[in-house]
Amino acid sequence: MRDQIILRIAAKILVGPILLFALYVQFHGDYGPGGGFQAGVIFAAGIILYALVFGLDRARAAIPTSIVTWCGTLGVLIFAGVGVVAMFMGGNFLDYGVLLYDAEHAQHIGILLVEAGVLVTVFGVMVTLFYSFAGRRRSR
Amino acid sequence: MESVVDLALLGLLAVTAFGVLRLRNLVAVVMLMGIYSFLSAALFVVLDAVDVAFTEVAVGAGVSTILALGTLALVGTRQKRHTKSPTIPLLIVLVTGGMLVYGTYDLPRWGQPDNPVHGHVAPEYLEMHVPLAGEEGEVLEVHIPNIVTTVLASYRGYDTLGETTVVFAAMVGVLTLFVGSRRPRRTRGSPADDDGEDGAS
Amino acid sequence: MEFPGLFNYWVVIFLMMVGFYALISRGNLVKKVVGLNLFQTSVIIFYVSTGKIVGGTAPILIEDDHGVAGGAAEVLYSNPLPHVLMLTAIVVGVATMAMALALVVRIKETYGTIEDDEIQEQVLADELQEGARP
Repeated sequence: MRDQIILRIAAKILVGPILLFALYVQFHGDYGPGGGFQAGVIFAAGIILYALVFGLDRARAAIPTSIVTWCGTLGVLIFAGVGVVAMFMGGNFLDYGVLLYDAEHAQHIGILLVEAGVLVTVFGVMVTLFYSFAGRRRSR
Repeated sequence: MESVVDLALLGLLAVTAFGVLRLRNLVAVVMLMGIYSFLSAALFVVLDAVDVAFTEVAVGAGVSTILALGTLALVGTRQKRHTKSPTIPLLIVLVTGGMLVYGTYDLPRWGQPDNPVHGHVAPEYLEMHVPLAGEEGEVLEVHIPNIVTTVLASYRGYDTLGETTVVFAAMVGVLTLFVGSRRPRRTRGSPADDDGEDGAS
Repeated sequence: MEFPGLFNYWVVIFLMMVGFYALISRGNLVKKVVGLNLFQTSVIIFYVSTGKIVGGTAPILIEDDHGVAGGAAEVLYSNPLPHVLMLTAIVVGVATMAMALALVVRIKETYGTIEDDEIQEQVLADELQEGARP
């Protein structure tokens, strides 16, 4: 699709706002619909749009396969890590109340961190899946 | 009013599902599944599940359509005309469906506020006072307006950790399946290439 | 009985049975995966249906300048619990679907077809040949 000028310009304009919208969904998830799962998928959708229009190679040059695979792993680590840190600070696993001086603030921080973990995992996994399927050549 | 919209969307969903079953052009099937996802997202909005609708639009209509199209590019887009008699599958489906419909007569009516499902933990989530296990009288208070986020990340964090791990495991699975050489199976069925060494292309 | 009554559940059962039928009667593996997808979506619609309260609103607390305007006592909210469960189920669903599609791609690369009966024939021919060899 690299020679389709309308597609190229439209995609170029759209990719940035899509990524920004993903961050909005992520951080506004406490007050409206949204959260880590949706934000991760939307972020991945931005990258996928870029790859569809400009080709897989350029997308891979911008965001290498190794990084997205690492993201998929890192998010689960962040999520479980928050739980383990809570255990070290004297609470139960994933008990955010002990993370800060004040239980309610600690809950907010805990939820924020956990949602960040979900975002990173879902983003990494979705882009990895797309790279895997799109990078495979037809067998015959 | 919301019941009318609900019924209309359910009808459209049923028609789309039937189309998915009948069509043999797989690209059209995948596109219909995208439409189906959009319709079910609209249904979720009517059913007050805005977060689920959001997820369904992003995941069902977006990413899974892309993945399915990517697969079709690899495996071809035509479905063979099936020759087997549909009697036995149809019988199984009709019997199962009939039994399930019979079972629904024991279910409470749709949308009533005094249904058992609304009585157990949901009021505590909505009041944002969840009793902590162990310590007597202590409650876990979180002041986040979106209850779904609160339940997802805090009250039911274990579930979400498990789901995130499943997503990660799926990535590992796909990477494992796609690693290594693409080696077609040696076609030993035909006697011509019985030596079998020229199978790899 | 109120008009919608059990209608939601019946449509869910219809969708589920369409998916089930596609799964057991069609030989094409992609069609089978799509059937599974239909089946899964019907379960999601069922769960979300049970959480609905007619006249209720989405479970996002309505706030004014002084904080939360009334808890569940004053505003009728739908049940948030099915929403949470299904939200994660959708994302897990696409991950498992990708896994299934990856298997389909591998099967195509190995057998050259994604039709159930053709794969069976090849496997059968293979086994016969294995048996004929010493």
